[in-house]
Amino acid sequence: MSKPLFFPGHTACAGCGQSLAARLVIEAAGPNTIVVNNTGCLEVFSTYYPLTAWGVPFVHSLFENAAAVASGVEAALTYLGKKDKVNVIAQGGDGGTADIGLQALSGMWERGHDVLYVCYDNEAYMNTGVQRSGLTPFNSDTTTSPVGTQSMGNLRPKKPMPEIAVAHAISYVATASVGFLQDLQRKIKKAFSLKGPKYIQVHAPCPLGWRHEPRQTIEVGRLAVETGLYPLIEYEFGKLTGVRKIQPKPVEEYLRLQGRFRHLLNNPQAIKQIQEIADNNIDRYGLKIQL
Amino acid sequence: MKGFLEGSRAVAEVIKLVKPGVISAYPITPQTHIVEELARMVANGELPAQFINVESEHSAVSVCLGAVATGVRAYTATSSQGLIYMSEVLFNIAGMRLPLVLTCANRALSAPINIWNDHQDSISVRDTGWIQLYAEDIQEVVDLQIIAYRLAEDKALMLPVMVCMDGFILTHGIENVDIPNQEQVDRFLPFYKPLYKLDPDEPLTMGLLADPDYYLETRFALQETLKEALSLIPKITQEFAKVFSRQYPGLIEEYKTKDAERVIVAMGSVCSTIKEVVDELRAKGKKVGLLKIITFRPFPAKEIYDALKNVPKVAVLDRALSLGSFAPLAAEIRAVFFGKNKKPKLISSFIAGLGGRDITVDSIKEIFRLLTTKEKTAEFIDLKPELLKEKIDV
Repeated sequence: MSKPLFFPGHTACAGCGQSLAARLVIEAAGPNTIVVNNTGCLEVFSTYYPLTAWGVPFVHSLFENAAAVASGVEAALTYLGKKDKVNVIAQGGDGGTADIGLQALSGMWERGHDVLYVCYDNEAYMNTGVQRSGLTPFNSDTTTSPVGTQSMGNLRPKKPMPEIAVAHAISYVATASVGFLQDLQRKIKKAFSLKGPKYIQVHAPCPLGWRHEPRQTIEVGRLAVETGLYPLIEYEFGKLTGVRKIQPKPVEEYLRLQGRFRHLLNNPQAIKQIQEIADNNIDRYGLKIQL
Repeated sequence: MKGFLEGSRAVAEVIKLVKPGVISAYPITPQTHIVEELARMVANGELPAQFINVESEHSAVSVCLGAVATGVRAYTATSSQGLIYMSEVLFNIAGMRLPLVLTCANRALSAPINIWNDHQDSISVRDTGWIQLYAEDIQEVVDLQIIAYRLAEDKALMLPVMVCMDGFILTHGIENVDIPNQEQVDRFLPFYKPLYKLDPDEPLTMGLLADPDYYLETRFALQETLKEALSLIPKITQEFAKVFSRQYPGLIEEYKTKDAERVIVAMGSVCSTIKEVVDELRAKGKKVGLLKIITFRPFPAKEIYDALKNVPKVAVLDRALSLGSFAPLAAEIRAVFFGKNKKPKLISSFIAGLGGRDITVDSIKEIFRLLTTKEKTAEFIDLKPELLKEKIDV
């Protein structure tokens, strides 16, 4: 067996969706890949000096600049005449991508760098202790969007990052999930078959932050997709080219596995609001299998 | 090539000779002419570099970080707010030991917004781990740019270098400048061969997490390496002199200080004004001199001690300030003599030229005049009393 590109023995939590996704991403990308990582869980648990989990060249600089650093890596490879032989991945969590790193990411897209950006979306700042981010779902309970007498949790729905990416007219945009790992790897390979900037957002359950059992990571990931709350979609050059069809399940099946949504469970009105988000997705992307 | 050149154009000409593979910048006055000229060279095929226009200074210097980490020489230039916006990345680049070179077109900081010259920007990032070199004139900027790359990429250092040039005074000023030829630059500055780089053939991890068991030693190593730079800089400037026939002392320049009774310590373009005043006062028999600090980081404490230990009265001219405390350069010059037997009787500290207020021949004469027996601390020069009244008539 060839040398691993992402070694075991790192310090991720049991059931971490991000570590699983990150390993499959780099295995799909292959050994001729340079990884640029924003600050976050992944960087912390995989590069704890003097150890590293990475079998490929890896650089971490700051929380918000992976897209810019990756632009520099790509420019340097182009200068050296090596760009065709080496893939460049920039990656980070949802906060590093959709909040503090969005400007640098928009710049990378707009400039047209041949880089795949992977966002591991665990829907809050997990590394600092489950604070809400721009990708935290509506009415989710986090440490900075706590449920209280005056609050049902996070006030707003997720920032529409895939749409923001599509609006930059980049070559490939996709969502993926830890619940559908072959689909994730197919999308990584697809991304690298196209030149220019690419964006893949991977839904990555976090047992600690979402408060589900570590053994339920895959199940929770699948249910997000199967309820319509996390549609798996693909855009090539701005056109919707792929949708994972589902036989929609009620959102309650997804919500009831997670402590972050527990406050909604005996509140039919609150569940209805979440169901509406799923129904809108189902309608908008034509997710439902027509029998 | 010798000719009348604008400072920014001269910098661009010399950066072309240094052959960076990646240039990235974001426009800010008064840095713009440098990068506009470089963009033009790239557009015309005169400079085979990747020119990356970014959406902020934070990304400009991050792009350079990525390029240097991949083993390619890189360049950026900025100023003022741009440098402060970069500051997070500046710490990171030094900590990662990446030999980037940056030109800072020195400019004041907001608020109030002000595009004119002082040193508050680069002085504010003095603790980032970057080597800081301050140029007096355009020729010196040109030469320090080449020296900066040689220094940064020295295997014993592997540290970033910031070349500071006074905004407008040097960036937009025009001087007769000698731009070296390619053969000279190539001889002095070999093709960049990094000690470490991102390379799939030899994968390594950069930018790891170091916990309390390891972090302290990484900072100690930076501190020790910067100290070693103090002996390396004069060696490199000597080698520079052999190739380019221009002699730089490297760390400090002593101008008529040997028998001086009064000396001003300063950095940057104001040193030329001070030299003029020194010459004028010397002609009248006054024993005055100038100590020019070229290398501010690492701080050449020993050289400063040797230069000033027999000078009775020293004035330190800061073109920056540390709000609420002593003037930055003055505080460090005083620290050099703390607990020493041989030392000036008095070290006075003056602040002048903030936000582009001209430091004139008269300003310098005023500083010499104020160098009496009473020690001054962070004394502002050239204040307008009419603007300091409680009620100002506009």
